[in-house]
Amino acid sequence: MMRESGLFQCGLKSVSGALVFLEGARGISYGEMVEVIGGDGRVRPGRVLIASRETVALEVYQGTEGLSPAETRVRFLAHGLEVPVAEEMLGRTFDSFGHALDGGPEPLAREWRDVNGAAINPAMRAYPRDFLQTGVSAIDGMNTLVRGQKLPIFSASGLPHNRLAAQIVRQAEVPGERAGFAVIFAIVGASRDVADMFRRSVEESGALGRVAMFVNFADDPAVERLITPRTAFTLAEYLAFDRGMHVLVVVTDMTQYCEALREVASAKGEVPSRKGFPGYLYSDLASLYERAGRIRGREGSITQVPILTMPNDDITHPIPDLTGYITEGQIVLERELDRADIYPPINVLPSLSRLMSDGIGAGRTRDDHAHLSNQLYSAYAYTRRIRMLAAIIGEEELSGRDKMYLEFGRRFETEFVGQGPEENRSIAQTLDRGWEMLKLIPAADLTRVSEQELAAHLK
Amino acid sequence: MAGELSTSPGAREAQRKPVGRTVWVSGPVVKAEVEHSVFMGEQMEVGDERLIGEVIGVSGGQALLQVYEETEGLGPGRPVFSTGLPMFVTLGPGLVGSVFDGIQRPLHALEKAGPYISRGTKATPLDTEKRWHFVPRKRAGEKIGAGEVLGIVQETSVIEHRVLVPPEVSGELASVVPEGEYTVADVVATVRRHETGEEMSLTMAHRWPVKRPRPYHSHLRPEVPLITGQRIFDLFFPLAKGGTAAIPGGFGTGKTVTQHQLSKWAMADIIVFVGCGERGNEMAEVLLVFPELADPRTKRPLMEKTVLIGNTSNMPVAAREASIYTGITIAEYYRDMGYDVALMADSTSRWAEALREVSGRLEEMPAEEGFPAYLAARLAQFYERAGYVETLGGATGSVTVIGAVSPAGGDFSEPVTQHTKRFTRCFWALDKDLAAARYFPAINYLESYSGYLDEVGEWWHRKYDARWRALRDEAMRLLQEDSRLQRIVRLIGEDALPDEQRLIIEGSRLLQEACLQQNANDPVDTFCQPEKQLALLGAVLHFVKRAEEVVKKGAPIHRVREMAVREEIVRAKEKIPNDQLDRFKELTRRIDEEMDALYRDFRRVT
Ligand SMILES: Nc1ncnc2c1ncn2[C@@H]1O[C@H](COP(=O)(O)OP(=O)(O)OP(=O)(O)O)[C@@H](O)[C@H]1O
Ligand SMILES: [Mg+2]
Repeated sequence: MMRESGLFQCGLKSVSGALVFLEGARGISYGEMVEVIGGDGRVRPGRVLIASRETVALEVYQGTEGLSPAETRVRFLAHGLEVPVAEEMLGRTFDSFGHALDGGPEPLAREWRDVNGAAINPAMRAYPRDFLQTGVSAIDGMNTLVRGQKLPIFSASGLPHNRLAAQIVRQAEVPGERAGFAVIFAIVGASRDVADMFRRSVEESGALGRVAMFVNFADDPAVERLITPRTAFTLAEYLAFDRGMHVLVVVTDMTQYCEALREVASAKGEVPSRKGFPGYLYSDLASLYERAGRIRGREGSITQVPILTMPNDDITHPIPDLTGYITEGQIVLERELDRADIYPPINVLPSLSRLMSDGIGAGRTRDDHAHLSNQLYSAYAYTRRIRMLAAIIGEEELSGRDKMYLEFGRRFETEFVGQGPEENRSIAQTLDRGWEMLKLIPAADLTRVSEQELAAHLK
Repeated sequence: MAGELSTSPGAREAQRKPVGRTVWVSGPVVKAEVEHSVFMGEQMEVGDERLIGEVIGVSGGQALLQVYEETEGLGPGRPVFSTGLPMFVTLGPGLVGSVFDGIQRPLHALEKAGPYISRGTKATPLDTEKRWHFVPRKRAGEKIGAGEVLGIVQETSVIEHRVLVPPEVSGELASVVPEGEYTVADVVATVRRHETGEEMSLTMAHRWPVKRPRPYHSHLRPEVPLITGQRIFDLFFPLAKGGTAAIPGGFGTGKTVTQHQLSKWAMADIIVFVGCGERGNEMAEVLLVFPELADPRTKRPLMEKTVLIGNTSNMPVAAREASIYTGITIAEYYRDMGYDVALMADSTSRWAEALREVSGRLEEMPAEEGFPAYLAARLAQFYERAGYVETLGGATGSVTVIGAVSPAGGDFSEPVTQHTKRFTRCFWALDKDLAAARYFPAINYLESYSGYLDEVGEWWHRKYDARWRALRDEAMRLLQEDSRLQRIVRLIGEDALPDEQRLIIEGSRLLQEACLQQNANDPVDTFCQPEKQLALLGAVLHFVKRAEEVVKKGAPIHRVREMAVREEIVRAKEKIPNDQLDRFKELTRRIDEEMDALYRDFRRVT
């Protein structure tokens, strides 16, 4: 293919928002990576958005501040945005493009890969059914995460999702599995304080060696946020499907990502859809979330826990809504539990892991898991109804049986759902604790567990 | 056109010389300058990798193309090739059991290129090497008409593939091969056409443009229910063979589980499942389960009657749009053989969004919520392709269409749900609150409806029980009265109501627990025979009627609620298998016994 080599100088037409327009470029292609070089010599990466014989539109990461049409030059790189991938990136911290942020050397990558990856052939996928332990009872016991699943955390501003994210990053493991385990932590639009907190918490836990962090700071340009999770998934795919590792990717905060997408879209003058978000928000999110999974005949897996804050606590807002339409369930944090000082404030009732039923049981977690979680769920659902009733008629008016449920509810929230941010529970500990809770409700109500299970666990 | 469509399905004969060059590329939309005329809807190949695309606009020397593969790496000045054909699918033996992407590339054949879908990978839709045992049904010299059976091929152990004379072809059979093994590329017959007198060769396969409905002889009244084995549908909101149904619902309300249930259990000969812009793991699940699970009628693996089309949410957006057309055309093809076909589209909203996305790139004037103004027309055209018909060959066949709708925020007032409602006759509304309470299937029975009640009623009465409609209406009345009472209960509490009203609430509760709820994962209740459905509903209503009598005599409600037999009724759906329906007689007897005992107690008192 014919291509003008080196720098392309003339014809820069205009700069607007994150976009640069130029004329007369030849031999370029859609999605191609560019370097935009300003008058000060600074090199900014970017991408071709509209490849046209006449006017070419470029999206410039790191913003267009300080660029003037007269002085700016553009280099076309003839390939998409590529980032380094290597096992040695574990234990390190990088920016959205894979440059070292921790003062260490740049990664010695054998390979560079396109950040957009490629869609897994659906017929090549293996159905996820193996347990991944987070050490958090409300997740492992009630909404079990399965390797290859994508299970988001729906939070809201002011709730301790950062603490929970850090805890999961520190504690996650695949019990009894020989293949290596790695965690990739993508931090999108975080303040330096929060980013530091994450790094320290991982360092102090001694888990750093298996964690790679990609950080996009709140004051980095919005369009860069669109890259951060993609860079993380590119490394994840390499580790999982080339190196056979089980990889957990935690991304926080997807709301920041979506807002960046909206900002960039409106700068391009696109017709907005709901709440100003572009009509392709669903497809764009799917291009990230669908990078979770397993592939037939390969050992590794990619599991995703994206974390998002629901604007105005509204679960029908496009960000949680479209996320829920793509992911395989959701973990919901609740303000009421947080106010009652329950950590993590996970409400297990609206939470659901859609892949749980196929991923638990004998040989995976434990044979009593399904029945136990079912029983806990229904007892807690009943408790919540009783609480509403008690609010109307007063607690004293409740029957003795219903009072037992109130007690169950309190203990379930403080002792089963509630745990220390440093407390790491094995699945056996979680399940045993669940049985402890069941001792608080009338034996006659334990209809979802079998006689044998009762005999074995309640004695 | 039919002539070209009926030629060998192997190679795509895109011209070797380009007919133009690209000038503008943005996402799936490409503009090209073309030398000679291309036509609207023409299938094109773009760039050196020959990406598949379609003409969606022509003006002057410019053509607007929608490309069905990733366009990254494509730029101005690349060649564009014409095929001279509208977007088409290849129809012939080998479709059943296959998994295709939106533009009918067999996903298993793409595996050779690795686990990821790479651009420009070509694979013929049908295996051109595989030999099929062809048994001719016509002799040379016979007159043949469009849609008649030329011969048969055993496609899977349950599907006899009827090789049809393609639509628009008729004449005299000049030659036909003897029974034997042939590939889909081999000529099996030649026909001297009436209109032109020319000879035309036929293979076992032919092509058909996806946007053009396949012709049939006449439309029939849809009056045979499509039995699904799901009580909420068969008893309350029945679907007819050849009918249309919409399943709207917010995320996690059960659209996919419902469509999987229908694919597994519905009494259809062929299932076409279109995963349109949904999850890869769900396709993996289907591919894991369907080859293992036995069809309730034939006891053979489900995959032997299933065609899967998987264009997941991360695959190219434009191909999502194509996947729906690919699916419905394949469905019509098997209908034309005289089969009852059920097509599931999960989710039509993703298809509508693909329209919106492409429309947005074209900077068309948007109508509601950014959707193009032609959204309603496209939805109408799609659902219009459902139907119960007499085929050109004189058989009867049907295409039933069941479309999932994923409204933003679970709010049914959005355009896709609203338009779909106009073009479908069953509306199966999924309810967020019910799903959150893990009440499944989470069908809101007050908002849902079926337009086929009168039609299929006759069938039920003839085939099973003359009381079907009466039982159903009685149950619906109970549910409706209950919901009216619930409004009062919210204000004053249940205890404040008079006993006969509390009994309605009790009865409705029992009806829901014992009959309406049905767990897709329960080994017994996942599929419920029509006889069992009636028996179960009968038992519930019998209980309610008897309870009315004893409550009138003064028995307190809680005694009714605490009856041992009540629990038995609730468990019957999971405890009594489809082949032990005698046990319902026993259940009815116990209802009577316990009611009689209670009745005696209170008669003595009064
Ligand atoms: N009939 C049913 N029986 C048992 N469980 C069900 C049933 N229907 C739905 N569920 C439960 O609800 C979950 C979500 O259902 P499903 O995947 O069908 O939702 P959906 O409406 O397709 O959501 P989305 O729009 O996100 O794809 C399932 O994983 C299952 O746990
Ligand atoms: Mg679904």
